[in-house]
Amino acid sequence: MIDRRQFTRLAAALAVGFVAAPSLAADPVRVAFIDPLSGPFAAVGASGLKQFQFIANEINKSGGVLGGRKIEVIGFDNKISPKESLIQLKRVIGDGIQVIVQGNSSGVANALTDAVAKHNEREPSKRVLYLNYSAVDPSLTNEKCNYWHFRFDANADMKMNALTDVINTDKKMKSIYIIGQDYSFGKAVAAAAVRDLGLKRPDIKIAGNELHPIGKVKDFSPYIAKIKASGAQAVITGNWGADMLGLAKAANDAGLEIPFYTYYAAANGITKAIGAGGVDKVRLVGEGATNPPLTAEWRDVLKRFRAKYPDDRDFTQTRIANTLQMLALAINKAKSTEPAKVAAALEGMRYTTYWGDVVTMRASDHQLQMPVRIFVHTNKNIEFDIDHSGYGLLTESTVSAHVASTPTTCKMQRP
Amino acid sequence: MSAIAPTSPRTGGTFLRRNAIWWVALLFVLLLPQVARSGTSIAVLNQMCIMVIFSLSYNMLLGQGGMLSFGHAVYFGLGGYFTIHLMKMASGGFFMPLPLVPLAGGLAGLLFGLLFGSFSTNRAGTVFAMISLGIGEMIAASSLIFVKFSGGEEGITADRTDLTSLFGIRFRSEVDVYYLIAAWMVLSAWLMYRFSRTPVGRMANAVRDNPERAEFVGYSQKHVRLLSFMGAGFFAGIAGGLFAVNYEIVTEETVNLVSSGTVLLQSYIGGVGFFAGPIVGAIVYTLLQTLLSNYTEIWAFYVGLIFVATVMYAPTGLTGIIMMHLPIYRAGKLRSLALPYLRIGVPALCCTIGVIGLLELLHFLSVRAVGQSTKRLFWLTLNVEQPFAWIIFSVLAVGGFLVARRVAPSVLAAWEAASLHAFGGRAR
Amino acid sequence: MLELIVFSLLNGLVYGLLLFMLSSGLTLIFSMMGVLNFAHASLYMLGAYLAYTISLKIGFWPGLIIAPLLVGVVGALIERYGLRNVHRYGHVAELIFTFGVAFLIEESVQLVWGRQNVDYREPEILSFPLFTLWGTDFPAYKAFMLAISVAIFIALLLVLTRSRVGLIIQAAITHPNQVAMLGHNVPLVFTGVFGVGSALAGLAGVIAGPALGTFPGMAAVLGSIVFVVIVVGGLGSLAGAFVASLLIGMLQTFAVAVDYSLEDLFAAVGITTSKTSALIDLYTVTVAQIGPILPYLLLVLILIFRPTGLLGKREV
Repeated sequence: MIDRRQFTRLAAALAVGFVAAPSLAADPVRVAFIDPLSGPFAAVGASGLKQFQFIANEINKSGGVLGGRKIEVIGFDNKISPKESLIQLKRVIGDGIQVIVQGNSSGVANALTDAVAKHNEREPSKRVLYLNYSAVDPSLTNEKCNYWHFRFDANADMKMNALTDVINTDKKMKSIYIIGQDYSFGKAVAAAAVRDLGLKRPDIKIAGNELHPIGKVKDFSPYIAKIKASGAQAVITGNWGADMLGLAKAANDAGLEIPFYTYYAAANGITKAIGAGGVDKVRLVGEGATNPPLTAEWRDVLKRFRAKYPDDRDFTQTRIANTLQMLALAINKAKSTEPAKVAAALEGMRYTTYWGDVVTMRASDHQLQMPVRIFVHTNKNIEFDIDHSGYGLLTESTVSAHVASTPTTCKMQRP
Repeated sequence: MSAIAPTSPRTGGTFLRRNAIWWVALLFVLLLPQVARSGTSIAVLNQMCIMVIFSLSYNMLLGQGGMLSFGHAVYFGLGGYFTIHLMKMASGGFFMPLPLVPLAGGLAGLLFGLLFGSFSTNRAGTVFAMISLGIGEMIAASSLIFVKFSGGEEGITADRTDLTSLFGIRFRSEVDVYYLIAAWMVLSAWLMYRFSRTPVGRMANAVRDNPERAEFVGYSQKHVRLLSFMGAGFFAGIAGGLFAVNYEIVTEETVNLVSSGTVLLQSYIGGVGFFAGPIVGAIVYTLLQTLLSNYTEIWAFYVGLIFVATVMYAPTGLTGIIMMHLPIYRAGKLRSLALPYLRIGVPALCCTIGVIGLLELLHFLSVRAVGQSTKRLFWLTLNVEQPFAWIIFSVLAVGGFLVARRVAPSVLAAWEAASLHAFGGRAR
Repeated sequence: MLELIVFSLLNGLVYGLLLFMLSSGLTLIFSMMGVLNFAHASLYMLGAYLAYTISLKIGFWPGLIIAPLLVGVVGALIERYGLRNVHRYGHVAELIFTFGVAFLIEESVQLVWGRQNVDYREPEILSFPLFTLWGTDFPAYKAFMLAISVAIFIALLLVLTRSRVGLIIQAAITHPNQVAMLGHNVPLVFTGVFGVGSALAGLAGVIAGPALGTFPGMAAVLGSIVFVVIVVGGLGSLAGAFVASLLIGMLQTFAVAVDYSLEDLFAAVGITTSKTSALIDLYTVTVAQIGPILPYLLLVLILIFRPTGLLGKREV
């Protein structure tokens, strides 16, 4: 409802012809969030933006950066398309924003990192920094690495390394089925699984190595029938979104009661769909422990998030906290928002996460070195459940940062 | 088929005068960056020019040839892929100036047009439409499978500055690329316009309207269609090539069905019955797509509304509306329409504001955080928990619609009177 | 191997019959009005979401009846107040209109139900394995889906061939003007057929939602496969749609099970392929991977060699 004061203000604004009011506080440090905010993948993007804005608010409450400037995260809808992302990147650059964050789809990430590198080389006065919080195609910090790209999520190789360590402990495991989406990330997962299993457990047979079209499979029952027929004792999958949901549903329906080792089998309705059928069978690799939260501070943060968004209350992408906090630290350390200086400050930076892990930004490839955890889907000892379902992710084991680390082939070109 | 370009083949005059409008257009697009300077507007302009070529090429099929295609992006995308491969190869060192590489896309479009057209242009109508759908889906799915050629979902990237520089221009900045794209756009548009005036172009219209008669005159309808199809493929390929030059990446989304749908929609919104229709459509659609999503998260809803409204209330497209007023303007009667248009414009605007307000409030309710009860909209801060804003917007929406519907007949009568006058009292 | 074949058959049957429910309405709409209704899949999605809400409030079974009826009403309204006005502007206009409507429905669904997946479940009474073969369950719910689909097929066939309304519809498909001259209200028949077709799409959504997931992309996942079914089956032919649905259901299901590629074929006859060839993708891609292309390949081949479709009487 418009109260009288607002009405006067509106009238005044009209009278002076919509002259923009000069901002009184110091200009905020703007961060462009380029991810899907509409269309079928909007759920993941929108909740990511919420989490970024929440963390920005946490930073601002404790004083902001550079002595009082606030961090402002602005959403730019890329409709999960590389082309739209590039258009938005150009807008971001045109608006004078110096930091972009992006995470959904390695395809978009590949396009962005390439475009950012070319732009920074061609127009050094308008450089931008690219913080990747979730696109885990290993090539981004290997053959396609560049100075302006920093990754705050463990890449597919690191995650597979941790998953196969867990598989390795099961001495009765004899055969495994790999299924994934037919694109760069799905292929990276499959390649990593074959390589790591070959090194650690050459006795385990790869019963099947299947790629299915991404986002186009209506019914996963035929794939489940195939897995069943292969006699595999476990499944490894990098599926996410609707493809993970469909796979989980079909497995439940067919009564396929074997362990699933996954990257993204939680949240956005997936945890709820897996439900009782996946207890102690579905495992997932990730970073931030939520059950138990490990530190009191982290528990408070999670609780504050829940209080703020009671409907969509899961802080699902814990790496977002690290991304923004480390950016704030780097800006303070560089005493500037100039991308080249911030990038220099980020290189080699050590940071202690909300949940107590010590992480380091490796200078040689800009891949965050971090402990990786294996979670199990369950309803026991769950403090922070997901999807209002009573089920959540319980930390089962933690792989320390130096064990989780994988070597890089990156030859970093510094400006 | 009428054209906005008032060039008539019968008028004499010099080459310069006959093509006056094209020179004006060229001058206009070349001067545009002086006005729209920001990086954002250059980026939008680049996208727009590419879409203009793509849509014009589509209209060679739909508007001029009567072929409804659901798979035109195939030629756009393949043109893009061939161009980007050429750019990659050329960065190895052989002589290939960047301004020429879109030709590779055009040739690819032409050849694939010949290949697929050879069996799909036998008939027009639904058979053609469904074959184009099938080919579109096949190529889109294949582009994710045959990774060696298409790079899969990551696509293929290249660096345009690695190519041979011509007169020292290396196309490092966006503006340089804009001039390149704009020049290709004017050239392609001119060529397509000329094509529509050639005997083959005229026969395409004839085949569209009455294939049997065209056969009796001695033209094979299949060959006429195939020629149009290949031409459309060629220019779609050019557009794809320019896409590759501009973005330096070509991915699966350039060939997929969404792209094919987009080109159909924008051509239709612009008006397929006019040469300039697709140009208008491409401009409007690009603006909608790139700008609307910055202001609202439910942009797709508005796009849907706009489609439905266009089809229902402006079936000849935006250009059709303009063309309806051209004779009235020439007769100097446009002023007599001002008042009636104001009478319908105000309630229509009220209705639009009401609908937008309701939708935005509804959307806000579903995404807001706890304790967040106010939303900024139209420079106002509204409280969604109190009924005031809801009531105002509902009244605006419903009231505006009812009033607009009420005055619509009188506005239509005013338009008819004006256009009757414009035609010198003759019945239209 | 046998278990794979048996389960592929069963899964193909379930999927094929689901396709049939979607395409049965569409084939009548298409053949009668010539409208390629791009909003059909959106109506399927709308059915699932409506049924989800109803299942939360009063249970699954009422939803099975009410949700399709609601979708049918929505469809009839779209025809009466939208398509009928647009009809005079030609087929392309109608098509763009359905495009726009598809946008509107999908966005409305996300406005109302949010962008998350919703947890629409089968009723407790049907959530048990009907039988277990070689250790794999066949859920009772899938059998239920089969039963509903077959019942709808039989009912439709009876209505179309035995009832008066059915005869009028059949006549209106081929000779709308003559039917109108005989005094029948052809526009009303159109509205009715559109409504029933939409209701069938809605019903398909209602029963597919619990099995395949109810999420904002469920219409997009379906894609244009329904158009393939109606063209391959033959326009206006219910039996054709039935056969084509099963054919495509089986084709896609069995393709998944086949892991052979051209390379294997060449190897079998003694030809070795070079790993560095530019066509390497062509040799190594497996039948399972090209599964999604097969229906469209079939579509193009059918249109080239038999434009009437499998069981159709007239050309597309």
